[in-house]
Amino acid sequence: MTAPPVAAEPETPAPVTPELEHAAIKAESRRGLLISLPAYIYLVLLFVVPLVLVFVYSFATRDSTGLTVLEDWNLESYKRLFTEIVFEIFARSLVLAVVTTVICLLFSYPFAYYIATRSPRVRNLLLIFVMIPFWSNFLVRTYAWRVILGSEGPISQISLALGGEPIRLLFTTTAVLIGLVYGFLPFMVLPLYAALERMDWRLVEAARDLYADGWTSFRKVTLPLSMPGVVAGSILVFIPSLGAYVTPAILGGAKTTLLGDYIVSQFLAARNWPFGSALSFAVMFVMLLATIFYFRAGAKTL
Amino acid sequence: MSKPAVELTGVTKRFGDDVVAVSELDLTINDGEFFSLLGPSGCGKTTTLRMIAGFEFPTEGSVRVHGSEMGLKPPNQRPINTVFQSYALFPHMTVTENVAFGLNMKKVEKSEVQKRVGRVLDQVQLSKRADARPSQLSGGMQQRVALARALVNEPEVLLLDEPLGALDLKLRQAMQVELKDLQGRVGITFIYVTHDQQEALTMSDRIGVMSDGRLLQVGRSEEIYERPTSRFVADFIGDINFIDVTMNGSYSARLGSGVEIGVPEGGAQPGNDVTLALRPERLALYDLDEEIPAGHNRLKARVTRRLYYGDVYFYDVDVGIGTEIEVKEENRPGVGLYDVGDEAYLVWSPEAANVVLS
Repeated sequence: MTAPPVAAEPETPAPVTPELEHAAIKAESRRGLLISLPAYIYLVLLFVVPLVLVFVYSFATRDSTGLTVLEDWNLESYKRLFTEIVFEIFARSLVLAVVTTVICLLFSYPFAYYIATRSPRVRNLLLIFVMIPFWSNFLVRTYAWRVILGSEGPISQISLALGGEPIRLLFTTTAVLIGLVYGFLPFMVLPLYAALERMDWRLVEAARDLYADGWTSFRKVTLPLSMPGVVAGSILVFIPSLGAYVTPAILGGAKTTLLGDYIVSQFLAARNWPFGSALSFAVMFVMLLATIFYFRAGAKTL
Repeated sequence: MSKPAVELTGVTKRFGDDVVAVSELDLTINDGEFFSLLGPSGCGKTTTLRMIAGFEFPTEGSVRVHGSEMGLKPPNQRPINTVFQSYALFPHMTVTENVAFGLNMKKVEKSEVQKRVGRVLDQVQLSKRADARPSQLSGGMQQRVALARALVNEPEVLLLDEPLGALDLKLRQAMQVELKDLQGRVGITFIYVTHDQQEALTMSDRIGVMSDGRLLQVGRSEEIYERPTSRFVADFIGDINFIDVTMNGSYSARLGSGVEIGVPEGGAQPGNDVTLALRPERLALYDLDEEIPAGHNRLKARVTRRLYYGDVYFYDVDVGIGTEIEVKEENRPGVGLYDVGDEAYLVWSPEAANVVLS
């Protein structure tokens, strides 16, 4: 005896058998795949393929004119990673990224806490304020900082008016730091807000009830429970800071080359694609390690 | 004699300009007492509890614990602990860490903390789950952790905010007994907030019934149930019939239908309109030819509905006064069974009724 085709009579469904149930579950998961297909295709074409290209190029050689040729595969570019200049640039970028992340965290946490404890109406208003900068172009906003930080800018003017020296921050590492913190602050505020908004404040009351003062109950309860937000925000700020290119290029000086700048110069000025590719991969590897480490550390508190 | 555990004097709590959560509350809770604050949601019982705990401060009035004024003291400086509704256990800590939290905050010596936490976990039978996270425990276990976490600090007063609300019926009944036993053993004053009148009646030494921010009646369980002083209290606690009557004399009154009945002495003057409150279990149905006990009221009734509850039958009967009367009869041999449409006498002793304010 053979079973009739499933779709034959929609009006009188057959009793369910394990085979039919299995088929239904499979159909469900096929539909799931179908709706995520556009994203899959997009990511494979525009992310995975270029990544593979970069990976391949990192093992390529350059001919006498400096053109990259896809033969004589070697590890020369990776060996060059272990030179002093690379270390120096890397260390500088790392310190800057860490400092940016820490400053963002210190500014954002109290603010996110403040937002999360407001009434829903005020909360939404404040969130809009956080997102307003996104409404104008990042490049334009960064150029605006040139005016603010320049020797003719308001900061310098105020210093002069108070009888001090003119302050020129532009083209210094401080300027880059200010620019990075400015640019990435919302990426820290939003996940922190999300984590604090989900907080069960009765837990804080419970801590207060159990003889903890305000600060201790924050340290023992609020902070550990908002760690997922701290981790997410830190990663969202740290990673783009480490590879930042636009901000250092516009606000930074020539003496303070950072990773992003250095990689770009390998592809453009130096025309050393294999080395640029190897650098890119090294940075990605470090970011991956940092992310894993950070997630682990964050997960431990929960 | 020791000072009262908690004394509220003229306590009012306003939120904003027009929300009065608690209004001029005066309440004295004795040392070692199991006191319940009972009322529907929004009646101000939880706000009252939170003011005792220190999570809210009264707009005006005084909260004293064993004679000392609490004023604007924060919760951590009050000799009080709370068992929260839905427990509020710290999810990132183990059972032991949760229970030890209060003692650690009070900087109790490590070995002492260990000893006391171990003892209290034994008491609530959770020693085996000492290293579990709250999320790994059942509702009943979480409840016991919350209790242990509060009790381990040996507070002067323990506040419980609907602690059994999230448990299913059987477990809740078991925990009621357990809680009551525990309170007897540790001798701490319990202030218990609940909207469950059965729970309040079973567990409490005394009950305070609240409505709309006011304390309507305070008394022992029996007093609250048997002698409610207001229509609200009578109605909120248990099932009850209300019958509007006009006083005829000190001991008699006239129904809307004109029939005269006996009433208990309630201080009402002849000619006054009053309401009688009658519990369904104090009413009985008698066959028309059956002998009625002397001095009892008797009304001709027709059964309009019968509901089977297993242990009891509920009858709705029509006695010609507009509203139907609910009667509760036990399901046991010797108690007559009536069908819808049957005629019978509705019988009760005048003493069983309460004269309440309309």
